[in-house]
Amino acid sequence: MKLRDMTELAVRNLRESILRNSLTTLGVAVGVASLVAMLSLGVGLQQLATSRLTKSGLFDTVFVTPKLYLRAANATPTTQQGDTRLLDEDARQALAKLPNVIEVFPQIRFPTEVRFDGKPYPTVVAGMPQSSQLSGSFDGMVGKFFSGESADEAILQIEFAKELSPDTASLVGKTLSIRYAERQQLEDGSGGFSIIPKEKQLKIIGIIETEPASGFGGFGNGRLLIPIGVAQSLRATQINDLRDAVRGGPAKPTYASLTVRAKSTSDVDAIEASVKKMGFGAFSLLDASKSLKIFFGVFDLILGLFASLALAVATLGIVNTLVMAILERRREIGVLKALGASDGDVKTLFFFEAGVMGFLGGIGGVLFGWLIGRGLNLATNIYLKRRDLPSIEVSSVPAWLVFIAIAFAVVISLVAGLYPASRAAKLNPVEALRYE
Amino acid sequence: MVNQYSISDRSVSLSRSTLLTSTNVVFFESASNFHMTPTSGPTDQTTIQLDHVSRHYTLGASAIRAVDDVSFSIRSGEFVALLGSSGSGKSTLLNLMAGLDRPTSGAIHADGKNLAELSSLELARYRRNTVGMVFQSFNLLPRMTLAENVELPLRLAEVDHAERDARVSEALLRVKLDKRTGHRPAELSGGEQQRTAIARALVNRPKILFADEPTGNLDSATGEAIMNLLIEIKETLGMTIIMVTHERPLAEKYATRLAIMGDGKLLSDGAKS
Repeated sequence: MKLRDMTELAVRNLRESILRNSLTTLGVAVGVASLVAMLSLGVGLQQLATSRLTKSGLFDTVFVTPKLYLRAANATPTTQQGDTRLLDEDARQALAKLPNVIEVFPQIRFPTEVRFDGKPYPTVVAGMPQSSQLSGSFDGMVGKFFSGESADEAILQIEFAKELSPDTASLVGKTLSIRYAERQQLEDGSGGFSIIPKEKQLKIIGIIETEPASGFGGFGNGRLLIPIGVAQSLRATQINDLRDAVRGGPAKPTYASLTVRAKSTSDVDAIEASVKKMGFGAFSLLDASKSLKIFFGVFDLILGLFASLALAVATLGIVNTLVMAILERRREIGVLKALGASDGDVKTLFFFEAGVMGFLGGIGGVLFGWLIGRGLNLATNIYLKRRDLPSIEVSSVPAWLVFIAIAFAVVISLVAGLYPASRAAKLNPVEALRYE
Repeated sequence: MVNQYSISDRSVSLSRSTLLTSTNVVFFESASNFHMTPTSGPTDQTTIQLDHVSRHYTLGASAIRAVDDVSFSIRSGEFVALLGSSGSGKSTLLNLMAGLDRPTSGAIHADGKNLAELSSLELARYRRNTVGMVFQSFNLLPRMTLAENVELPLRLAEVDHAERDARVSEALLRVKLDKRTGHRPAELSGGEQQRTAIARALVNRPKILFADEPTGNLDSATGEAIMNLLIEIKETLGMTIIMVTHERPLAEKYATRLAIMGDGKLLSDGAKS
C-alpha cells in the first residue's frame, strides 16, 4: 500500500476510537513532556554555567607567562637550551601573529587609591581590552562601555560603587581620581627604576554588576576598570617590576603575563601548544570546560533516564491500545487480507497507527515540556527578583531537543507497536473473518 | 461434466442419484472409496485445478478432516455452485481456492501457480489481483462510505489515485449504486450492502469471483436479485464464479455446474443439463 493510503487509513482508524487513542496519545505526551522538561532543565543549567564561564573569558583564552630558570639566586634571567624567552613587547607581537589569535593583551592590574568626594578608597585597577565588551560581561550594565582604548574613563564594579555612594546610578558622569605609583626607568642601563607617585582624573561612565574575567590570569578582581591603552600609558608599577629589579633584568620592560584570546575554544589547544613551542609558559582552562561538559552530559543522562520511565509507562499504553484494536478489528483485518492485504501491509498499518500516536504525542509532549520549562523559568525569576538578583533562564528547549524528543517518541511508539503489529499480521484471515 | 472423470472404484453405488433430479450429477455413497481424477491435465481453459486437496485441523486430541482428498477442475467462465450441509467443508474448500487458507496436502493450481507452494506475500498478491470475494455477512467496513469500501482493493493494489475514481464509479454503476457513493453501509439495506460487496469484489477486475453464501442474509427476492446480478456480471465480464450456498433452488437455477460436498469430500460434481 502506498504511504499516503497507509497514513490515511491509520489516521482514520485512530479517529474511530478517538477517546481511547487520545488518552494513549496523551500518555505519550506526558512521557515526552517529562523528558523534555527534565532535559531542558539540564540544558538550561549547562547553558547558564557555560555562558557565565564563557563570559568570564577563561575558556577561549591562553594565559602566557615567561618560563624563567634561575641558575643561582643572583643570576640574571636566561634561557635553557635556547627555548625560553622573556615576555616583552617583541614576544607580544610574535604571539599576535599565531594562527586563530584574535588579540594579545597584557594583564595590567595594580593597587591604587581612589579619591572621590574628598575621601580615599583603596582598590585595584584593571585594564580592559575593547574586545571584552563582546564577552557579555558588560551586558545590562548601567551607563556605557569605554569610548576608546585611550579614553580617560572608568567603569566601576557595583560593590565598589556602593562604597562610593549608595545611589550607584548617580555616580555615572562624575569624576574620580586615582593615585598610583609610576615606574620610571633609570637611564644607567642597570634595569632599575624609580617610583613616582602620580594622579589621574577619570570620568565614571558605567557601573557593572558582574566581575569580568575574575580568577587566574584574567583581569582578576579589578574593581575599577579602565581601558587597556590608558592602563599601559600609566606605566603603573606592578609586581613583576619589582621582580625584574631584583633580578637585574634588561632595560626593556617585560610583562608579568599576556592573555592570548583565541577565535574559539576549539583553537585553544593548538595555540597553547604553539605558545609552549615558542618557549613560554602557557595555561588554559579548557580542561575545566571539558569536565563541565562531561558533568552535564551525565546529569542530562540521569535526568533523561528518570523522565524515560514516564515514557516507558506510556508505551505500555500504546501496546494495550493496539492489542485492544486488534481484538476489535479482527474481522476488519480478515477483510483486508481477503481483499489482498499482505501480512506486511497489516503490520505496517498497525505500525503507522503506533507511529502516528507517537508523533502526535511527541509534538504535544514537546509543547507541554516547553510550557513546564517556561513555568520553571518564571518561578525561578520571581524568586530571584524577590531577592534582588538578576533574572536567569534555568530551562531551555533547543531545536535539537525538539527533534530528538519527537523522534524518540515515534521510535518508542514503533517499538511498542512491534508486538501488536506482528500479532495482527499473523492473524489467520479465515479465523478473522469468522470472528463476531 | 461426468465425462471428464474416470471412476477408480467400480463398487460405486448410484442409489442416491435420485437426490439430484434436475441436474446431471453423479453421486457416490461413500466418497472415501472414490475420487474423481481429471482425465486430462489443466488446459488453457482451466481456471482452477485441485489435485488431492486435503485440509485437516487438529482440535484437542481429534483430527478434523474439513476437506479430504478432493480433486476437480473448474474451467474458465463456469458458474460453479458448491452445495452441502453445514460442516461439509464447502466453505473451507472455497477458502482454499481463494488463497485464504492453505491445504494440508495436495495442490491447487490457479492462475498458473500452485497456491500450496506460494509464499504468504504471493498468496496476498493472488487474492488481490486474481480473486474477488463476496461474503454472506457482506464484510463492508462500517466507518467507510460505499465509495471508500469499493476503493479499498485499489488502495491495496496501489492503483493510481487518478484511475481509482473512475474504476470505483464504474463498479458502483454496474451494481446500480452510483447515486449512493457517500453513504455508509449502515444506511443501506442488506441487498444494497451485498451489491456494494460485489462492486468491491469486481473493482480489481478479477478472473474468479468467490461468493460464500452471498444470499444467506437476504430475503428470497433480494437473493434472486443478487443472483441475477452475478449472472449479469458473469456474462458481461466473462468471469468464473464459484459460489458456496446451501440454497439448492438458487444453485440449480443459476449455476452452470453443481458440486456437492459432504464430510469434507466431493460427493458429486456435474454440469447442469
